[in-house]
Amino acid sequence: MLDYLLRRLSLLLFMLFALTAFTFSLNYLFPGDLLTNFSGQINTSFSQSQLLEEKYRIEDNVIVQYSAFIGRLIEGDWGVSLSSGQTVSSHVALLLPATLELCFYALVVAILLGIPAGIITSAYHKKWPDKVISTLTLLGFSIPVFWLALLLIMVFCLGFGWFPMSGRIGLLYEIPAVTNFILLDIWLLDFPYGGQAFLDALHHLALPTIVLAMYPTTVLTRFTRDSMLNVLEQNYIKTARAKGLNRRQIILDHALRNALLPVIKQIGLQFSTLITLAMVTEVIFSWPGIGRWLIDSIYQRDYPAIQGGLLAVSMFVIFANMLADLTHSLLDPVSRNQSHGKV
Amino acid sequence: MVTRMTRLLNISQRYKATTIGAAAALILSACGEVPQTKPTSKTQGIVYCAEANPVSFNPQVTTTGSTIDIIANQLYNSLISIDPITAEFKPELATSWQISDDGKKITFKLRKDVAFHTTDYFTPSRTMNADDVIFSFSRLFDVYNPYHFVHDANYPYFQSVGMDQLIRKIIKVDEYTVRFELFSAESSLLSNIATDFAVILSEEYAMFRASEDKKHLFDTLPIGTGPYKYKHFLRDNLVRFHKHHAYWKHNHAVDQLVYDITTNNTTRIAKMLTKECDITSHPSATQLEALSQRKDIVVDKAVNLNVGYWAFNTEKPPFDNALVRKALAHSIDFDKIMQAVFYGNGIAAQSILPPSSWAYTPQAMPYYDPVKAKQYLTEAGFPNGFEMTLWAMPVSRIYNPNARKMAELIQSDLRQIGIRTRIVEYEWNTFIERIGRHEHDSVLLGWAADTPDPDNFFSPLLSCTATFTGKNPANWCNPEFDLLLTQALDTNDLKMRKFYYQQAQEMLIRELPLVPIAHGVRFQARSAEISGAELRPFGGVSLANVRKGTQ
Repeated sequence: MLDYLLRRLSLLLFMLFALTAFTFSLNYLFPGDLLTNFSGQINTSFSQSQLLEEKYRIEDNVIVQYSAFIGRLIEGDWGVSLSSGQTVSSHVALLLPATLELCFYALVVAILLGIPAGIITSAYHKKWPDKVISTLTLLGFSIPVFWLALLLIMVFCLGFGWFPMSGRIGLLYEIPAVTNFILLDIWLLDFPYGGQAFLDALHHLALPTIVLAMYPTTVLTRFTRDSMLNVLEQNYIKTARAKGLNRRQIILDHALRNALLPVIKQIGLQFSTLITLAMVTEVIFSWPGIGRWLIDSIYQRDYPAIQGGLLAVSMFVIFANMLADLTHSLLDPVSRNQSHGKV
Repeated sequence: MVTRMTRLLNISQRYKATTIGAAAALILSACGEVPQTKPTSKTQGIVYCAEANPVSFNPQVTTTGSTIDIIANQLYNSLISIDPITAEFKPELATSWQISDDGKKITFKLRKDVAFHTTDYFTPSRTMNADDVIFSFSRLFDVYNPYHFVHDANYPYFQSVGMDQLIRKIIKVDEYTVRFELFSAESSLLSNIATDFAVILSEEYAMFRASEDKKHLFDTLPIGTGPYKYKHFLRDNLVRFHKHHAYWKHNHAVDQLVYDITTNNTTRIAKMLTKECDITSHPSATQLEALSQRKDIVVDKAVNLNVGYWAFNTEKPPFDNALVRKALAHSIDFDKIMQAVFYGNGIAAQSILPPSSWAYTPQAMPYYDPVKAKQYLTEAGFPNGFEMTLWAMPVSRIYNPNARKMAELIQSDLRQIGIRTRIVEYEWNTFIERIGRHEHDSVLLGWAADTPDPDNFFSPLLSCTATFTGKNPANWCNPEFDLLLTQALDTNDLKMRKFYYQQAQEMLIRELPLVPIAHGVRFQARSAEISGAELRPFGGVSLANVRKGTQ
């Protein structure tokens, strides 16, 4: 196991190197002044420029610049956003939790709905529950996320007026940010406004969560179904059936554990798709997350912000994948013996 | 436990989405944490959907209308104000004022017991007095004022109207009396003091920040005397103001005023429909019909002193050639713009001044004639046209509800005479900044007046000083024109002033540094429960008297 961990870690280091090298090179690839791209400071005075040049090692060669870049990353000095004048790291700290929160709830919904749905379809293979659910997943799989979001807003926000269409919470509720996870913050504050704030936050969460959960739910359903069907073909299941076990026993006691192994890996892989979809969802529902900020930054050509945002998001995806991989290998001894790390 | 559950379920029943409510109730009861704090109703605050982030929290340092709308009348007061109906000066922080016979000395008596905001970051120890007034104005022109050079000494409005060269000094006569001594008598000074930009700041707070060596925070964490005080600003998200309980004028401001920053027009309207906003600025003309059909939404309409224009960067060839500008102006079908962009809710411009201004005289405006345009263009030496950029502002303002659409119409009209146009858009504050640096070829922008004085349309916009402070989008500096403006300001004789402004208007249409397009009508959509959000013909939005329902 230790050996496996080490292999994974070396792969992680390599990926982080590739990622930071790419982000670093963006400074050169973006148009405009190199120093401005690095620091986010415009119209600096001569003495300020001197200090910045010193700090960013502009005079030295690229390797030294890169190592200075890594040093700053580790220190948490990610430069200053061109459009807001605040540090990029403060933006990321404020916005990333909002995105993670949304992704997390969507993933929970996807797991709670998708896996049971997959089990049901495989248990009733080629019977009507299978056909109904498969049709629905195909439908959900094919709907573009922005279209679904607009459709839901039209029906439930503008039509019936049941749900709000923007933000994380009614703006008149004043919730000071501690962790920036809104539900957690409200909980830490002992449910101010007589619990109404919490309900309001859930109310705001409902539609974005549904929209974002749609794609992973269908993927998990289909994946669980295929994996279950695969396992149910195996000889040991036939043996179990020959022994006279009923369908419930076969599925829950024998098939499920083996069938879920590839699904767990799939859950981890869903994170990267989720983050991408979350950006679209955030823009439509005015969710104050990192995706909306990143897209705004691209519009505004805010290079330090684009770099910081990209770095934060991709680093998160890499770590999430790694974590899913480790969980998977804990549950599945076979995968530990792979001689090469895999992305 | 049962009572707890029923209480929680009661709360949840208020929501139509009962499933989610019930789930929440289960989560709540599972945690075992039941709120003991007094429930605060949502109706104790008002949400205003604004179209852009404020660029600063000090009106002295900006002229951006979207920013002034949010901060000026909410956080601050001026010495005097102008009555929107009679156009007479009204006392605010000054109770009375006297002008000496030669017009060079103005003495203000100040109001006593005016409290500054008490916030998390500052507790004032005294009420407003002459020191505050002197500090606020001397920052604008006195290089010895410790704050003069904070933020690069940029006070666009005051510099463009030349106020920094007008005031000789300000004298503290006593604790509650100040006297402005001027280099020369100028007819528009009082109306400039009455604008939203000339606010009174706290000298004590300034000294506190200076002693902390954090002067840069002075303009971002504001202290004023207005009906609301600053609480929180989250960029691209919200601005939160709380009620100023010791407000000198009245005590009926709402407890909380939140600006929901929603840059998208359609989203703002949608938020009105879902009741996430109580009031919204600048609903777009296409949606007015749909909004006014709803019983729970009221659309207010008011005449407003403003002008939407198309300005050329007159320092950049080929736009330095008046013939080229003339050709461009003649190639545009203005009627189509009025229909497609304003939907009949605007007045086609006949001059830079709107008809409701007293100095207005209609001019012979350039009309739509592509053949003539082509002729001018050939005369100017561009028979085959050229390429240019057209900057379209990204937000909707009174004077131009949809600059993007207008830009597209202009683009297609220009193609007729062989000019290829690229439309440029940036985020609003970046846009203003870059226009200030004159990076554009031509730009669709506008001006909403801060005072009813006609000078407000000329000096801040087209004077030479405005060029230097980056306010003049036409980058146009004409000494002859400036002379007319000075002459108009040097006299108090209304007839003479009108005469000079007539000449100035004529000269503008002759030279065409910018083409006035239209004067917009100010709209505001509000929920029927909201009252007291009056629209004024000039200046920023004031929400001092706004209230909701039966409060």
